[in-house]
Amino acid sequence: MVFLSQLISGISLGGIYSLIALGYTMVYGIAKMLNFAHGDVIMIGAFVIYTSVVSAGLNPVLGVLIAMVFCTVLGVLIERLAYKPLRQATSLAVLITAIGVSYFLQNVALLIFGSDTKQFSSVVSLEPVSLAGGELVISGETIITIAVSVVIMVALYLFVNKTKPGKAMLAVSEDKGAAQLMGINVNGTIALTFAIGSALAAVAGALLCSSYPALSPYTGAMPGIKAFVAAVFGGIGSIPGAMIGGILLGIIENLSKAYISSQLSDAIVFAVLIFVLLIRPTGIMGKKINEKV
Amino acid sequence: MKIKKILALVLSLAMVFSFAACTDTKVDEESSTNDAVSSEGTFAKEGTIKIGGIGPLTGDNAQYGVAVKLGAELAVAEINAAGGINGYKVEFKMEDDIGDAEKAVTAYNSLKDWDMQMLMGTVTSTPCAAVAAETEIDNMLLITPSGSAIDCINPDTAFRVCFADPAQGSVAADYIKSNNLATKVAVIYNSSDSYSTGIKDSFVAKAAANGLVVVAQEAFTNDSATDFSAQVTNVKAAGAELVFLPIYYTPASLILKQANDMGYNPVYLGSDGMDGILGMENIDTALVEGLMYLTPFMETATDDVTVNFVTKFKAAYPDQTQYMNQFCADAYDAIYAIKAAAEKANISADMSVSDIGDAMKVAMTEITLDGVTGSNITWDATGEPTKTPKVVKIVNGSVAEA
Repeated sequence: MVFLSQLISGISLGGIYSLIALGYTMVYGIAKMLNFAHGDVIMIGAFVIYTSVVSAGLNPVLGVLIAMVFCTVLGVLIERLAYKPLRQATSLAVLITAIGVSYFLQNVALLIFGSDTKQFSSVVSLEPVSLAGGELVISGETIITIAVSVVIMVALYLFVNKTKPGKAMLAVSEDKGAAQLMGINVNGTIALTFAIGSALAAVAGALLCSSYPALSPYTGAMPGIKAFVAAVFGGIGSIPGAMIGGILLGIIENLSKAYISSQLSDAIVFAVLIFVLLIRPTGIMGKKINEKV
Repeated sequence: MKIKKILALVLSLAMVFSFAACTDTKVDEESSTNDAVSSEGTFAKEGTIKIGGIGPLTGDNAQYGVAVKLGAELAVAEINAAGGINGYKVEFKMEDDIGDAEKAVTAYNSLKDWDMQMLMGTVTSTPCAAVAAETEIDNMLLITPSGSAIDCINPDTAFRVCFADPAQGSVAADYIKSNNLATKVAVIYNSSDSYSTGIKDSFVAKAAANGLVVVAQEAFTNDSATDFSAQVTNVKAAGAELVFLPIYYTPASLILKQANDMGYNPVYLGSDGMDGILGMENIDTALVEGLMYLTPFMETATDDVTVNFVTKFKAAYPDQTQYMNQFCADAYDAIYAIKAAAEKANISADMSVSDIGDAMKVAMTEITLDGVTGSNITWDATGEPTKTPKVVKIVNGSVAEA
């Protein structure tokens, strides 16, 4: 029963990693760049919710919607101002810019909100479910996180594979030049990708801070890195891969904390990552790409 | 002609900037003493005694640092209003270290550039141990208001106002035993922090001696201080009736929330790092209800010193009463301890840092202080104070005697 409880905690943590990893993987799959500022967009989203719910007294659901709109605009703005001018530059230049954007967002939040940790009020009002006479309690946040992750993953999968803008994304990800020749608006498609990724970041921020209610300008940094690992683990660029990678990472982290050592849990997570990448260099669900000669 | 014009422009600009620089430093000097309380007395002698302070004014432990700053400034203002120390005006300047050891050493060096003669700090244990090593080289007097780890007062010239870590651990274990709070206890501690591990070690040893069963000892580190579900699940499964939390309030607030989500509501007992949890922005008071922790200071105590302190604090900082906690009280006592010892040793403003250190380390062991954190506090040569912690409990969102 204890093991089951630990497993559920791991899945809950993994659900949050999955949500963040979906944002990473979308942007990587289409724009072929690592948006390291993603974790900080999550933090900004959480602060928007905090401000609208705690300071302005709005309904939590409305707060999440406001944050989604805010983050969408922010994501598109970041893309337009920081990444678009570098579309032809080397990938290293774009990566460094992304790190710069990440620090920029942290410091702006530091200026506006200060570095004091704030207690985030949960946006989830679902009562915890108690099983086996109270021995196994699943919190409302866990249930909502897992449900939201699955719904978003399915919706994204359908969007990318079944709709026109989604197919445009696939085309841009395979060959930018050819896509443009076929009449696809490449810049518009990349902007749309950032918009969707950033809206997801706001949802991830809401759920992250509902489960772990300490909000500071650095809240997004560590989960962002872990989710990046999850995305690589599952196969970066693959939507189901991000989901599976996130959940597995959460479970491994929580079980090693519970049964091996809480100090070594991060080391174990990264050791597993290295092991997986040795056997499957493109990650669990990653596609094997043959270089054309 | 043209060159002359440009030269004139550059020179006049330089003049404007140098004026601006002058006014800047002037403002700094004034604000460094105290801005909230400005009752200036008259002083018998020329010169100033400069006391520096270091603590986290921003960051996760800002509640402690800001409280220390306010408490020290209140004491300095009172002392200056009454004629200063030995007839000299006292200046106090506090630098931010964000609770980080490296930044604390940087802050110490910048205070030395300001000609600091004695140090009141640092506030948290790990930075304090680092700064103590530096003060040993300079033979500078160090009085930490709240650095409770053993290493904080290693040098001869280092003293502390709060009780030491082992004292807290054993008092906690004794309190649980004598009040029959529980027989099965668990500890969740921060293994990357000397404060936390120090208290945990002494608690576990004393608990065993008292016949309590320590059913679980779960650790976390600074890098993994957000997700506690694994630790809480293990503690719950081990059947602990009481969880001892020798940690700071930010991780503690997360543990309380995650345990509550799992339907686990044991009795919680914290160390003095828990003080400040009620001051967190948007804290859920239902969550902290019934939480107990150790503290040397209680706002509602009725002795004269405490009543005087509380009244003056409220008058000086009406908007910042959330900072009136033990850290603030420790700092207030630290400044008065410096005053008492400086008068005993007859310190003058023109003495060197090392001479002051030599004179003060003797005088500190000879004084007796009736402070807000205890009456008849005395210090021994190791720098430890003699006083015992009280246990308080959060009832209806405020602190009461347990």
